[in-house]
Amino acid sequence: MTDLLVAARVRKEFGGLIAVNDVDFTIPQGEIISLIGPNGAGKTTFFNMLTGVYKPTSGVITFDGTDVTGKPPHAITHLGIGRTFQNIRLFQHMTALENVLVGMHGRLRGGIMGSILGLPRVRKEERAAHERARELLEFSGLRRRDRSLARNLPYGDQRRLEVARALATQPKLLLLDEPTAGMNPQETADFTSFVSRLKAEEGLTILMIEHDMKVVMGISDRVTVLDYGEKIAEGSPQEVQRDERVVEAYLGKGATGG
Amino acid sequence: MNARLAALAPRAGGWLLPLAVIAAGVLYPWYVDTIRQLPVVGVYLPALGSMVVMLVFTMMAVGLNVVVGYAGLLDLGYVAFYAAGAYTAAWFASQQFDQWTFHFGSTGINPELPGIHLSLWLVLIIAGTFTAVTGILIGLPTLRLRGDYLAIVTLGFGEIIPQFVRNGDNVFGFDLTHGTFGISPIDSPGFGQTLNDALGLPVNYQQSFDRARLFYITALILLLITVFCCVRLRDSRLGRAWIAIREDETAAGAMGIPLMRTKTWSYAIGAFFGGVAGAFYASFKSGAFPADFYFNISVFLLCMVILGGMGSVWGAVVGGMVLGYLNVEGLAKIGSELNEAGIRFEPTKYQFGIYGAIIVLMMLFRPTGLISERRHKEEMQHGVADTPLYDVTAEGSDTDRNPRND
Repeated sequence: MTDLLVAARVRKEFGGLIAVNDVDFTIPQGEIISLIGPNGAGKTTFFNMLTGVYKPTSGVITFDGTDVTGKPPHAITHLGIGRTFQNIRLFQHMTALENVLVGMHGRLRGGIMGSILGLPRVRKEERAAHERARELLEFSGLRRRDRSLARNLPYGDQRRLEVARALATQPKLLLLDEPTAGMNPQETADFTSFVSRLKAEEGLTILMIEHDMKVVMGISDRVTVLDYGEKIAEGSPQEVQRDERVVEAYLGKGATGG
Repeated sequence: MNARLAALAPRAGGWLLPLAVIAAGVLYPWYVDTIRQLPVVGVYLPALGSMVVMLVFTMMAVGLNVVVGYAGLLDLGYVAFYAAGAYTAAWFASQQFDQWTFHFGSTGINPELPGIHLSLWLVLIIAGTFTAVTGILIGLPTLRLRGDYLAIVTLGFGEIIPQFVRNGDNVFGFDLTHGTFGISPIDSPGFGQTLNDALGLPVNYQQSFDRARLFYITALILLLITVFCCVRLRDSRLGRAWIAIREDETAAGAMGIPLMRTKTWSYAIGAFFGGVAGAFYASFKSGAFPADFYFNISVFLLCMVILGGMGSVWGAVVGGMVLGYLNVEGLAKIGSELNEAGIRFEPTKYQFGIYGAIIVLMMLFRPTGLISERRHKEEMQHGVADTPLYDVTAEGSDTDRNPRND
């Protein structure tokens, strides 16, 4: 199995605070990896370094054979990392379809003169993009939602739309930041099977930050645990569940002794 | 009335109303003299010469709308682009550089006349391009900033460029801008004798008996081209990217939109139209003077965009025409009418106070503008979600500390 993403001794300091402390991390091609840990463990900071929002203080991130350390977000997206956000960051006043079309930005070529003159090449590309966007919405379970404004969608659908928008960037690796946060059990179950489908049908590699252990244990191939910016455990869901340091991090020191 | 107009637009297929307005606009020179005879309202209708000025400023407002309305970048220095366009016209179509004599397609002047004299149509394109490049140069260092910070820096550039032209009469011994005197006269557009013989197009605007009518029609065509380009761009891939940046810059970056490049394009395109308008206006009044490029022009143009409705092309057109009219002719007319009625009040003395009052009233009663764009209306009501994940640059820096998202 080849590794799609390799992070070597990645570190991020915010002033005196070490948010991520020399973490080594690999994501094998075609697997679902979960990143878990208590609040403030550095999970989202780590995510933001992978996607170029933050520049690591030190360390190297290699994606698909390319060094992406400190590249701007759009360049990393272009190489094939798509993401969602912890607090949904849709373009609220654009329609669902437009949101997905924005996701395709980097994959379309229509230039300024072409758009102004309405060249056949650009028109054709736009038509194809609209079609593809509708397909993506349908695939994400948002049929007939294409003309709704993003902010008017129900919560679960907004999460799905974020994934659809990320899929529009044609990622090889999809990063989901707490995708089921705030969902009810039914929505969570639906979403979990949706993520499994992404792996099975689209062949996507997925890295997910998740707090719902049922989801994590249900679909992850491997789990990595962060605590205070350090990696404290890594392995299959079962291994991690039994790991003493993990239990300690979540429940406190006394929990393992007794 | 405008609310009803705006509501009418989509019902009429979205095209009927604009087409009617355009037709009325194109035919204006042919009926203006008749309707100015009308009782009561007649005197308030703008003369053709005033209409040219209104159209030029409207064109700038439509260009500014690309920056402020589409991409959401508050630009308080748009006057810099106006100045750049006007001075480009002055450089390439006047006797400013009389150490050289170069003519290409110039009309209506002695071909022996010293200075660089290009065809004004060519000058318009050069002015647009030069100003777009200026926009890119100003944009590259400034567009990394967000919101208020950007506004302050653009304000600075809006002050620097007029200062530069005011003092540019001795740049290492070279007279570039002729200082406070400005550059005058500037050649006027025309098609030359050959095209006149073949197609009946006017030889030279300035020397024509139809001078005002010709300038008016040309200004109207320039404005229509601007509007057409801006509408097309709004509905394009680039237009979507601008709106995405306006809504949420962080998410836009994560969706593969190159933030700097996309913002710079909006700047360049806004600047292009500002430059063309500036060059045309300089040719119309046959001069470019530093006193024309004060900060209040930037604010005035911004008021047009806000009055019309940010992000709405037709809004910018309406806002531009309304404020342009008040500025060029309306207030003076109202003043003289008041005077005749025995009221000693001169609105022109308080013009910026009046525009300010208009904007305040608009903000109170119709904050989304005369012709509000649907999306902007929503944004006004609900706010945008653009809290930065990082502060200044996509490249990250020491300022990007924001660990609260963990």
